Amino acid sequence: MLYRENGQFKTTYRQDQQMLPILQDRIFMALLLLFVFGVAPFIFSDYLFLSILIPFLVLSLAAIGLNLLVGYCGQISLGHAAFMSVGAYAAYNLVLRVPQLNFLVVLILAGLIAALVGLLFGIPSLRIRGLYLAVATLAAQFFVDWTFARVKWFTNYAPSGSVSTATIDIFGWTVDTPVRKYLFLLAVVTVFALVAKNLVRGHMGRAWMAMRDMDVAAEVIGIRPVYAKLTAFGVSSFYVGVAGALWGFVYLGSWEPLAFDINLSLNLLFMIIIGGMGSILGSFFGAFFIVALPILLNQAPEWLGIHLSTAMVSNLEAMIFGSLIIFFLIVEPQGLARLWAIGKEKLRLWPFPH
Amino acid sequence: MKRNRNLIILCVFLLAGLIMPLATGASDPGFYIEVLLGGLMAGVLYSLVALGFVLIFKASGVFNFAQGAMVLFAALSVARMAEVMPLWLATLLAIGIMIAFAFIVERLVLRPLVNQDPVVLLMATLGVTYFLNGFGQAVWGSDIYEINLGIAKEPVMILQNLFQGGILINKDDVAAAVAAVVLVALLALFFQKTKTGRALRAVADDHLAAQSIGIPLNRIWVIVWSVAGVVALVAGVIWGAKLGVQFSVSQVALKALPVVILGGFTSIPGAILGGLIIGVGEKMAEVFLAPIAVKAFDLAGGGIENWFAYVLALLFLLVLPEGLFGEKHIDRV
Repeated sequence: MLYRENGQFKTTYRQDQQMLPILQDRIFMALLLLFVFGVAPFIFSDYLFLSILIPFLVLSLAAIGLNLLVGYCGQISLGHAAFMSVGAYAAYNLVLRVPQLNFLVVLILAGLIAALVGLLFGIPSLRIRGLYLAVATLAAQFFVDWTFARVKWFTNYAPSGSVSTATIDIFGWTVDTPVRKYLFLLAVVTVFALVAKNLVRGHMGRAWMAMRDMDVAAEVIGIRPVYAKLTAFGVSSFYVGVAGALWGFVYLGSWEPLAFDINLSLNLLFMIIIGGMGSILGSFFGAFFIVALPILLNQAPEWLGIHLSTAMVSNLEAMIFGSLIIFFLIVEPQGLARLWAIGKEKLRLWPFPH
Repeated sequence: MKRNRNLIILCVFLLAGLIMPLATGASDPGFYIEVLLGGLMAGVLYSLVALGFVLIFKASGVFNFAQGAMVLFAALSVARMAEVMPLWLATLLAIGIMIAFAFIVERLVLRPLVNQDPVVLLMATLGVTYFLNGFGQAVWGSDIYEINLGIAKEPVMILQNLFQGGILINKDDVAAAVAAVVLVALLALFFQKTKTGRALRAVADDHLAAQSIGIPLNRIWVIVWSVAGVVALVAGVIWGAKLGVQFSVSQVALKALPVVILGGFTSIPGAILGGLIIGVGEKMAEVFLAPIAVKAFDLAGGGIENWFAYVLALLFLLVLPEGLFGEKHIDRV
């Protein structure tokens, strides 16, 4: 009853093309932003920030990045954690070697370096696709893992191979407490998500989607495959690189090369399958799901009075992830985002469905 | 012509790399042959896993990421059941389990996803991988288990009069190689001489044509996943007997991906040859190339074998996109 667009007439093209065409959506988004920026920092506990919201925000950013490539451009990648680690180590070395740089600049530069590496490994996508591309991106994963584990310069000759970061300082505002970390991440993720949403609505995103849906037809209507595929790889790696830098600096604080192994790559892929391929909103759903499910699985048996060993919990987690992947691929290939859209459709008709 | 030239250049480089340690006198012949044999043994295992990939890919067009998980699951089943019953009975039961698994996968995963994009199917098998790893370890436990095949493990010295110091080989390695050869021979017989084998080849050739002459696709898929399960079982038992059954066994699947790229997605001889090439190449690179790289670039240890197989596969992909024996097809954008 409340969610109805009757009477909202579009009289200009500008109005017709806006990101949230329905008034109620705009109100909802405004309230949501008000809540997460203005209310949440005061009412949530540190535990909630540290164990759920901070990883959720960083992984959402990474999932958006992967979604741009896999969901929008249709190029599979099993090696995106590698680009995250490129971003993280690039940021680490920039902060270490050029300490006068502002962290925001470092973040952008780290993203650009990751984008360069992504472009390099994206070049094979011009000639191969599908399964072959999956293997090529796996090569990126293993090669990058190895590079950061073995080439001592990247870890500043740390004997154990692990690196630790200094506290981030932005114009005198130190990002040290959980609330400040949360706010910083929230601001970054909001900006990046907005940019991504508009990228995929624009010329570039349309080129990607055309490539995804049918590459031959896309070329016939004048989309350059080289341009479309390489921009997808570049932008995607940029996002993921920024996410990697944030993952290292804000969430982990200190990390080893194994922090960015293939399991993280696969987890990113699961996020966008479960959340919804080809949907920015879905990336958030998927990231939240992947972050929250293990915590829920750890807590739920305790509430029910059953005690499970940690090994059993991780096995259960793997089983549930695996089943959900298959379930979503079969039943709802567009993931949670599609369920959200169906919910909205239903709400528009409610309570008179005819 | 140009492609052939590139291929020849690549092969010459590889051969040069193979001969280099011997030619420059960097290693004595005995040690060199030991490394070579070690590489071949690893290659046999890669071949076995790759064989499972190829069987399934040929028959159903599914790139089965779960092959490694199947290896682990089969090996775990054998190892844990052999604790309470004779090995042969445990193996038979494990084969039964793998066939049941094939039925379940066909019914719950493949049939609903029929005619989907190969990448979607790949992701579905990723789901199967996670499920099977979790399930296997939940049921059978997640420690390291042993499989005792009753073959002595101590190495045997051979050819002592030919090389100084002789060559050490393990008896269980030889047994593994023999088992692999027997398995491949049996598979070849099965594919060439039985009615089911002929049906499998028909499906691999053309799904639609096979179905239209009355070959039941669903049953063929069950059969081929069962065969892949048995191959996984053999690989798992051999690997498990050598190094113990543990989670890392499932990671061998990641090494089998470059093998199938190298050999071609649809070729059984390709899988075997590719496995051997990757096995030998990787060992050679680790033993002879890594120390040079470590010295030259001041690395913190070698570990080239983690990515060498992938780089080799990528190189092959550039000059020979369909692999050594794959079907040639042209599609371009």
